[in-house]
Amino acid sequence: MFKHLKQLTSLFAMIAVLFAFTTEAMAKKSKTLKNTQKKGFVRCGVSQGLPGFSNADASGNWTGIDVDVCRAVAAAVLGDANKVKFTPLSAKERFTALTSGEIDVLARNTTWTLSRDADIGLTFVGVNFYDGQGFMVRKSSGITSVDQFKNGISACTNIGTTTELNMRDFFNSRGISYEPVAFEKADEVVAAYDAGRCDTYTTDKSGLAAQRTKMKNPDEHIVLPETISKEPLGPVVRQGDAVWEDIVRWSLNTMIEAEEYGITSANADSMKTSDNPQIKRLVGAEGEMGAAFGLDNEWNLRIIKQVGNYGESYKRNIADTGILPDRGPNQLWTKGGILYVPPAR
Amino acid sequence: MNNKIKRILPQLLTILFVVFVFGFFTINAQVNMDNRGIDFGFGFLSQEASFDMQFTLLDYDGQDSYLWAYVVALLNTLLVSFLGIIFCTILGVVIGVARLSQNFLIKNSAAWYVEFFRNIPLLLQIFFWYYAALRALPLPENAQPWFGVTYMTIKGYYIPSMIWENLNVFMSCLIAAIVAIIFIRVYARKIQEKEGKQLPVLYISLALITILPLLSFLIGGVTLDFEMPVLKQLAQTSFIFEGGIALPPELIALVLALSLYTSTFVAECVRAGIQGISKGQKEAAASVGLTPNQILKLVIMPQALRIIIPPTTNQYLNLTKNSSLAAAIAYPDLVLVFAGTALMQTGKAIEIVGITMLTYLSISLAIAALMNWYNKRIEIKEK
Repeated sequence: MFKHLKQLTSLFAMIAVLFAFTTEAMAKKSKTLKNTQKKGFVRCGVSQGLPGFSNADASGNWTGIDVDVCRAVAAAVLGDANKVKFTPLSAKERFTALTSGEIDVLARNTTWTLSRDADIGLTFVGVNFYDGQGFMVRKSSGITSVDQFKNGISACTNIGTTTELNMRDFFNSRGISYEPVAFEKADEVVAAYDAGRCDTYTTDKSGLAAQRTKMKNPDEHIVLPETISKEPLGPVVRQGDAVWEDIVRWSLNTMIEAEEYGITSANADSMKTSDNPQIKRLVGAEGEMGAAFGLDNEWNLRIIKQVGNYGESYKRNIADTGILPDRGPNQLWTKGGILYVPPAR
Repeated sequence: MNNKIKRILPQLLTILFVVFVFGFFTINAQVNMDNRGIDFGFGFLSQEASFDMQFTLLDYDGQDSYLWAYVVALLNTLLVSFLGIIFCTILGVVIGVARLSQNFLIKNSAAWYVEFFRNIPLLLQIFFWYYAALRALPLPENAQPWFGVTYMTIKGYYIPSMIWENLNVFMSCLIAAIVAIIFIRVYARKIQEKEGKQLPVLYISLALITILPLLSFLIGGVTLDFEMPVLKQLAQTSFIFEGGIALPPELIALVLALSLYTSTFVAECVRAGIQGISKGQKEAAASVGLTPNQILKLVIMPQALRIIIPPTTNQYLNLTKNSSLAAAIAYPDLVLVFAGTALMQTGKAIEIVGITMLTYLSISLAIAALMNWYNKRIEIKEK
């Protein structure tokens, strides 16, 4: 009897030790990463259609620089950039979808602000596009600067955006009375402005450039030169999973740094034998760059091979589509822009 | 004893079940919010809203609190519901009666109207009135006046605003007239019940309500001026009207769509009510010498209303809840402003959606209570 009891206790002890080990091992691995690998796809929240950032073609293929962030994450954690499930979200829905766990990455031209980062249970992981709010008007109005805005002007925009707040600050500081007409969906804003309901349409300048291509007659509209706000747009993750946060952050950083070192989707494989150790680290040929995330060593190589570096993504989605051919601030710091990411080492 | 347990046990289980379900959801929400670092609380209501609204009934500015933004947005919802209920009732009664007309053309047009408007989804109708119908309107600079002084444009309907002097004198006269009319009606009823004599109540009422306010202008020192909307140029091709009152196209489209859609259901309620009164009632009334007007007013309608009111209440409730579709066309109602912008800016999803749900529930219960009270008043009093 006692003999059996002893055996039983040791069995329990063994089970307990085993459990302790597994929970410790699991604690290092991100819960979101585990779920993602189990599901076999990355759940990504995008816009309802903003050319250049996230836009679906007729057969449902998503393209854009925001989309590429999600594809990079998929390439890193699943090995295939196509294993992404895109969920189109309105500005209003986006944060709830993320905090409630419906999506795991939000790449939806979202402005990084203090209150969003601190209050809502979100964490911004970086900036993939430096933007600013501007105004679009009809060419025929003869307006060429915001200084010509007069009392009574009506402005169409989206609800649930920083745009709505910036617009108020702008008009108030200039003492101009205005009529805000705020819609839930971007398409409705464009339709209303295009029909003549509003004198001006205001949102991020990249958004204005992209939506202009959707107008009945794009040449009839101009974007005014003034920028009234800072809008650093970037991907967002849920607060509380530090490893997942790091994976998304460094997926984006990898794309930007790859451009800095001249690594492209075409030459990535041959870079493995490069003399530069920094380049070798970026293509998984040196160091243990994936272990801390619970990933293998070639996660960054896959991103570059399957999605390309930031420059390739920008060219493919924004420059070649005629939205914003000039990279402006979204150029590498070495070439006069402000894209500067911490080193991957 | 056994019976008692049998009676109580199911009730107890139901209560336990409800408590369990609510408890589960509350704890679940709490745990998840804790995990994600989201606080629960209503402190945000006193913070500065910092966004503007296109159309408000009371003074509102971005510096006001979220609470005030809620109140102002709620008033916008109530305004649309109120206007919608008034118009759909008028239209519904007319169409409902028209469906019973002997005239082939009137009867069939009414039937077509009902079938057409009630079978197209409401959201589609709202989009139609906003994007198709209102968009066909001219820009302000091309607008021709309606009735000489009002302008219907793509940016809204501009009407003159009234500037009163000694408005309180005018209002007192108006109230006095209404009180007098109520007294005369009561008196006329007494006379009729006592002596069988009928007084021309309608003419006396009309005379009172025109003459008394008119007197306030002539000797009460009341003046009324109109401020006309005047075209103003903003830029080479951009104009607006200034002065007067501007009704935004979003409000017009929403009220139009809601009242046209709901009026079809009200019309059917009215038709059902009138048809529910047996023919014998009408014939009996005619045989005691009542005129057709009197038959409708004194015999048919009081009975028909009992059938009409309960289902019509449902339609009023539907209209109020449907008014939340305003969000689709930028009319700043409760859903667009509070459950939209405010939710987004604060991230307080559970609190704001909860408040919004409670608000709609309260509005609906209030309308239902009002209609029930009216229904009680007109129902048959059995002695």
